[in-house]
Amino acid sequence: MTIILDPTDEADPVSRQITPRSGQVSGVVGLMDIRKPRGDVLLDELERLLSERMPAVEIRRYAKPTFTKPCPDDLRAQMKAECDFVVEGLAD
Amino acid sequence: MTDIPGFELKDLDGETRAFPSSGPSLLVFVKEDCETCNVAAPVVEAFFQAFGKAANVWMISQTSDGSLVLKDRHSLSLPILDDAVLKTSFAFDFNIVPALYWCPDGQSSDLMFEGFVKSEWQDVNEKIAATLKADAAALDWDALPDWRPGCGSKHLDPEIHDKLRADAEDSPIRARKIEVASADDVAEFMFDQGFSDGLPLVPPTPERVLRMLGGTRRSSKEIVAEMPPNMGDATIEKIAINAVMAGCKPEYLPVVIAAIEAVCTDEFNIHGVMATTMGASPVLVVNGPIRDRISMNSGLMALGTGNRANATIGRAVRLAIRNIGGSKPGGTDRSTLGSPMKFTMCFAEWEERSPWDPLHVERGFEPGDSVVTAFAMTSGPSHIVDQESRAPDEIAGTLGLGLEAMFLPKYHMMPVDALLVVCPEHVDTLMRDGPYDKSRLRDRIQTVTTRPLRSMVADDISGAGMTRQAAAKLSDEQLDKCVPKFASGDYIHMVVAGSDAGKFSSAFHGWVTGAMGSQSVSRKIEET
Repeated sequence: MTIILDPTDEADPVSRQITPRSGQVSGVVGLMDIRKPRGDVLLDELERLLSERMPAVEIRRYAKPTFTKPCPDDLRAQMKAECDFVVEGLAD
Repeated sequence: MTDIPGFELKDLDGETRAFPSSGPSLLVFVKEDCETCNVAAPVVEAFFQAFGKAANVWMISQTSDGSLVLKDRHSLSLPILDDAVLKTSFAFDFNIVPALYWCPDGQSSDLMFEGFVKSEWQDVNEKIAATLKADAAALDWDALPDWRPGCGSKHLDPEIHDKLRADAEDSPIRARKIEVASADDVAEFMFDQGFSDGLPLVPPTPERVLRMLGGTRRSSKEIVAEMPPNMGDATIEKIAINAVMAGCKPEYLPVVIAAIEAVCTDEFNIHGVMATTMGASPVLVVNGPIRDRISMNSGLMALGTGNRANATIGRAVRLAIRNIGGSKPGGTDRSTLGSPMKFTMCFAEWEERSPWDPLHVERGFEPGDSVVTAFAMTSGPSHIVDQESRAPDEIAGTLGLGLEAMFLPKYHMMPVDALLVVCPEHVDTLMRDGPYDKSRLRDRIQTVTTRPLRSMVADDISGAGMTRQAAAKLSDEQLDKCVPKFASGDYIHMVVAGSDAGKFSSAFHGWVTGAMGSQSVSRKIEET
């Protein structure tokens, strides 16, 4: 038998469950722009469509400082506190 | 009285003998193939005959087979305890066998000696007799030699000692131990676990990792960085494990550690560098005295294969990012194509062949400092070939035109780093008529790549560059304005490397340079 040492960070990934789906959209919907080119174009269009079809929903816009770095903790916490739903525009 | 470690060892009958003990104890460590231990064995047996009723008289043997041989050879009746795993010998920390400990209170040592000095053995005989108020062992002392050197204890054999150190309670090894069954192939097992970059790995056994840790004075527990994307703790130990797998020697470890410190800064932004579809990777340049100490290559084939330090330092950094940070292809590494630099890219500057300040001095370090500098590069080395130019400005112009190819020749005013590796023959041409400093070379590169904005507008040949709509808003005069390749000469970094023969320089092309992307970072390498 050979013993080797674990080269990884040994962190077992935390398994997370998806929030139960209510079947309808209400409350605050956050639209998150990660700052990839033209992400704003997509989210502008999404905001227009949501406002048209779900006038009761409040829409808030968020943006990461740069797409190249992880989302700042404060921004993540702010979205969690303020939103019921978040749509993130990933990649270009 | 000196405290000594406790133990539980089995004798030849399978009975467990424990120390500390309620009674006075004489412990003698022996190794069967040691001649001096064979001189001492009958003496210890005589001690057992004299004192065995009032005290523990135990021989502790360092090999299982040897216990039986000693028993037969010397007709021993005393308890012979088995320390074939050598953990007790290691814990006692003596150097030579036979090693004798006299513990009148059954827990701490009143007297300890190694080897065979007859007078010492005679003295301990008298001492035990006095303590136990018994008759001393009757021995024909005249038949025994006055002095015999002992042998090195078996637990000090280098292979065994490293393993014992790794297993000991105060061992610097804290990482999870993975047992690979003997039926399994270790190399295949490591591939299956996803530890590899695609090439075979050196198995990171505790012994190897311990030897690797000998390359630094820093504590194995020290956390060097939190490594994205998983924000894993990059401890010195985890870095050492990955350095073993990469094939590093212990003396390379400080370079690997400094490189990891550099890439895990917010400025370098290893997360973005690894994640980008553009396929960036760290390019590491090493400067200073450590280049020679660890025999790095800055000459012939400096950017290629064949040098262990160059190859394995870069690989260790990439393996650490993969295994500690968790950045894997298809996971958060989303490179469209990737590049061979994702395996490894590390080289040394040939400072002695350069007419300029070396890279680290240019960046504010002392010439005697050893420094590693990390650049986030997406492509390279891309050759710039010029075997004809004989005038300094001509070769400088060639280097400029070569760099104009970065990303796309059409792109200009780029706020993006380039790392130019100038070969010695090109250096000689540059210097032919006297000094040609780096700022003049940067200016020349900017001058020869200066083009009118008009040539950057999207057209039928290539839709890249300035959009037609943006161009339509500019006047003819504005479109005739000329701009160079780089937004500033500061984006052009230069080092000298390569063999004396060959007129081939090379360039690495950057990624998103600056606070929004990655900035090059230098870190001083620990002096060991």
